[in-house]
Amino acid sequence: MQGFASEFNTAFTLILNGDPELWAIVLLSLKVSVFAVLISALIGMPVGAALAVARFPGRRVLIILMNALMGFPPVVVGLLVYLMLSRSGPLGVLELLYTPTAMIIAQVVLVTPIVAALTRQVVEMLAEEYSEQLRSLGVSRLASVPVLLWDARLALVTALLAGFGRAIAEVGAVIIVGGNINHVTRVMTTTIALETSKGNLALALALGAILIGIAIAVNAMVSTLSLRAEREGLRHA
Amino acid sequence: MRDLVSEMARRITVNGLQIARNGTALLDVPHLTLSGPGPTLILGPNGAGKSLLLRCLHGLIAPDKGSVEQDGVPLNADHKARQAMVFQQPVLLRRSVAANLDFVLKRQGLQRVARKTRIADLLAQGGLEGKARQAARSLSGGEAQRLAILRALALDPDTLFLDEPTSALDPGATQVIERMILRASEGGVRIVMVTHDIGQARRLASDVVMMQGGHVVEHGDARQVLDDPKSDASRRYLSGGLVT
Repeated sequence: MQGFASEFNTAFTLILNGDPELWAIVLLSLKVSVFAVLISALIGMPVGAALAVARFPGRRVLIILMNALMGFPPVVVGLLVYLMLSRSGPLGVLELLYTPTAMIIAQVVLVTPIVAALTRQVVEMLAEEYSEQLRSLGVSRLASVPVLLWDARLALVTALLAGFGRAIAEVGAVIIVGGNINHVTRVMTTTIALETSKGNLALALALGAILIGIAIAVNAMVSTLSLRAEREGLRHA
Repeated sequence: MRDLVSEMARRITVNGLQIARNGTALLDVPHLTLSGPGPTLILGPNGAGKSLLLRCLHGLIAPDKGSVEQDGVPLNADHKARQAMVFQQPVLLRRSVAANLDFVLKRQGLQRVARKTRIADLLAQGGLEGKARQAARSLSGGEAQRLAILRALALDPDTLFLDEPTSALDPGATQVIERMILRASEGGVRIVMVTHDIGQARRLASDVVMMQGGHVVEHGDARQVLDDPKSDASRRYLSGGLVT
């Protein structure tokens, strides 16, 4: 029990003293996940909005597929990205395996369906409400997309935060494609897994505390945004 | 001369208009001409087909059969660009009051300075000065509908369709909206408005279209239709009888 308490003590000392190794890992994790979410936003938002507004055969199937991809097991995503990036894979020449870029790619694959599916949901609801008014104003279906995206902005930020939450907390995919290489691809979750198995609980606990802190901060932002949306009458449902 | 031309351009003619769903006729209007000059009020009980007719006139719904013409020409994009519509529940963008007006003015191609002046004018016209930066969705029901009307007027329409714009408002807010509508009408905007409020029809209408069960049962001068209705359905509705 005493050993447990001392691990906690060491963990908080690491955080408070600004241990360079610990903060380098935190920074890399944030960089990878922020990049991944930004790229996911660039892909997921237009795709989600297009699925909400456009009408074409097979649209329903695409929506079901996209929703199913939201629950795709991260380890499998890691495996698929690994196969694509491995030396004999179609993107092997790029030599991206075991780099932060590979981890960003894996997280993009994980987060894009979440962003696209949530965007589709929010934009479709808004499109239903705006449909007659926008048509009356002579706004075409295509031209309505930026209008809808802008008016759904608060809900979309919430979707991005949800995507960020998944990306930063994910371990299975990034450990496969990143390789957990010290000072190169070691992020918070993979370090926690490794250090725990090595018995170095202090570093694992310190990173765990920071990860929980980030999760709480992200959720607090989501709640604040929802409250603001409600107060300003910007809610969609 | 200009008035005569715009008067001509606002003549709306309906021929053989039919809409049916699952074998039930929702709208069946063999012929109707709305030639103005003052506000036309479409009156009738719920489910009479009033809103459906209004949407057909504005081109939001394509009829199964028949046609809508303006000045003898089938309703086209040019006509629609000179029309505007206000809905029963105002659909406001999730932006500020001023941004709701700016949205349509920008689409009209107005430059920033001109837009700013026009927004100030419109807000004053609707008594919404001081609310420019407020979130549009946080306005009261009456203010929201006023903003929806101002946004429609920002398009400089020659025809304004209104679908029961005051049905959810108290008498005070209704009076303000009615004043705006009359002012627009006096300013040369052709008003076509749906209501089930007989008093409102008396206050606003120059001509009245009575509808029931998807049919136009009577159309004529407001005073004649409201004081001396020719059809039984009109008489029953106007006398307060239950008409379904």
